Amino acid sequence: MTMNIIETSGLGKRYGSTWALRECTLAIPAGHVAALVGPNGAGKTTLLNLTVGLADPSAGGVTVLGGLAAGSPAALDGIAFVAQDTPVYQNLSAADMLHLTRNLNRHFDQQYAEARLGELGIPLNRRAGKLSGGQRAQLALTVALARRPRLLVLDEPVAMLDPVARHDFMALVMTAMAAEGVSVVLSSHVLAELERVADYLILLSQGRVQVAGEVAGLLASHRLLTGPTAEADKYAERPVVHVQRGRAQTHLLVRATADDPVPPGWEAHPVDLEELAMAYLREPGAGALPGPARSQNTQPSEVTR
Amino acid sequence: MTALTMPARPKRDARPRPVPWRRMAWVTWRQHRAALGGVAVFLGAFAVYLWLTGLQMHHAEAAYCHPASSLGCAINFTGRYGETAILVSIALQAVPALIGAFIGAPVLARELETGTFRYAWTQGVGRLRWTLGKLVPLAVAVTAMAGAFTVLFAWYDQPWVAAGYVTPFSARVFGLLGVAFAAWTLAAFAIGVLAGMLIRRAVPAIAATLAAYAVLAFATGLWLRERYITPLVTRNPNPPGSAWAISGWYTKGGRYAFGDRGNAISSTVRRLCGGPCGTVRQICSGTCHGPGPGSPEQLLAQHGYTHWISYQPASRFWPFQWIEGGWLLALSVLLIAATVWLVRRRAA
Repeated sequence: MTMNIIETSGLGKRYGSTWALRECTLAIPAGHVAALVGPNGAGKTTLLNLTVGLADPSAGGVTVLGGLAAGSPAALDGIAFVAQDTPVYQNLSAADMLHLTRNLNRHFDQQYAEARLGELGIPLNRRAGKLSGGQRAQLALTVALARRPRLLVLDEPVAMLDPVARHDFMALVMTAMAAEGVSVVLSSHVLAELERVADYLILLSQGRVQVAGEVAGLLASHRLLTGPTAEADKYAERPVVHVQRGRAQTHLLVRATADDPVPPGWEAHPVDLEELAMAYLREPGAGALPGPARSQNTQPSEVTR
Repeated sequence: MTALTMPARPKRDARPRPVPWRRMAWVTWRQHRAALGGVAVFLGAFAVYLWLTGLQMHHAEAAYCHPASSLGCAINFTGRYGETAILVSIALQAVPALIGAFIGAPVLARELETGTFRYAWTQGVGRLRWTLGKLVPLAVAVTAMAGAFTVLFAWYDQPWVAAGYVTPFSARVFGLLGVAFAAWTLAAFAIGVLAGMLIRRAVPAIAATLAAYAVLAFATGLWLRERYITPLVTRNPNPPGSAWAISGWYTKGGRYAFGDRGNAISSTVRRLCGGPCGTVRQICSGTCHGPGPGSPEQLLAQHGYTHWISYQPASRFWPFQWIEGGWLLALSVLLIAATVWLVRRRAA
């Protein structure tokens, strides 16, 4: 699959005089579980709203499913979106929500939806307003999954779920990916949950894309160097992302592969997704983007002090 | 627990056939059937009441009001049912506003208030079809209910017209007759949905709808309606039949003198009689300045004043109904189109 499930160029969204998102250029290939990570107010929801056509760009453009205009009928036909607070009609029963969604879409797998609600122990005749927060979230997810989307867009899907339900939900996303090739874009600030499922990472910070790329590639191109603090400044010319300075030892998260030489007296370790994301989140000035943007944006802040 | 796999996905094309309208109609019915049912029950109960009192009124009018000037008519028909009929017609003025406020305003305001628009506007049906599929059937439904109700009200009101107590032009009943009632209901609904879209919260949108409707209805009744067609002018102070007298004035020597308002007439009469003495009635009846002219009208005529009346003849009732229905329909279409445009361009 070479199609881009989401493609943005110079995408920006302004609310009043504040840019919630700007100069966002991304190409997320199909067939990934893409995690959209960033602190609150980084523009995650704005980017997702632009993707599903709930918001119109103030600048640039966004296409989905290989070139369809975001929000067009053809795009909406192939995208299922679950918004942040998992909105469902409080006065409708779960069965009504299924019926409603079936009538609002060309495709709907009623059997699947009923079976999944049954497994989750959500009574079909119970009004959505009487379900717990977690059950409501599951109902919204079920309704979205039963639409058989090509792209599933989830805004903070696990926020309302308890740990067991989170685990199950992430497993479901993986299964869906593996079995059907559904592309998934999900935003979250729970990094630990994403590690197991996400194979594509987009890191947003202050309305800008800081990191974008396949997780495997990102992990392979970053190393954690540990060595004496006194020598830390020697690496000023190296692309250091983040410095964690201790009294004796300092940890440097640097852009380097396993083949790059390790300086004497220093140890190199592979990084995991959480360390990588945390390092970039702590250094809003640093960036790792595919293409030519990379060299310009990589400005380790610590070493220039 | 969740060992289910994703369902098999059907083939897609770049330009899918849209979701059929009838499915959207089901959605609209499912989500608004309670509100529509409420309106139907309310209007139905009102209709039963009109039917029962209307039957009694028809019997009383037929039995006692030939001629209508008889004492029996005054006692058994006018006296007995007059207040009720006035209260009913006043209460009915509020019905379009209530329908607009409680059916129209929440349609979009609730979605925006509770966040469910993020669900509704990202379904395969698309935002435009969703909006049209909601607003058009609801607009047709409330208009049809009001239209059916107005037929009953016309029957209810008929004895009063027959007995000559009310002209169909009366501000109290004009908006409840003909096509006006349905048109006002449609306009109130359109005001409601636009207010809901702009305000985004149901309760303030309901209040705004009631206020906007009241302003429009009063402006129409007090100012606009009499200008639909240029009024006829006559020198006969009692315009023919059940015409709608709009204004009167006096001229002298071909020039406007004063309007036929009480204080303008009385000050002129006093001036003509010279002197501060007495009321107009005393002057005219001759108890003040010697032999009086009999009436202010005669006094003014003696002094060369001509009384003019502008009026709308009864034959213009239906043209006026169509004019009012027409501009209200145009306004409603405009407001609903504006709402659809706002829904399409609204950013989350």
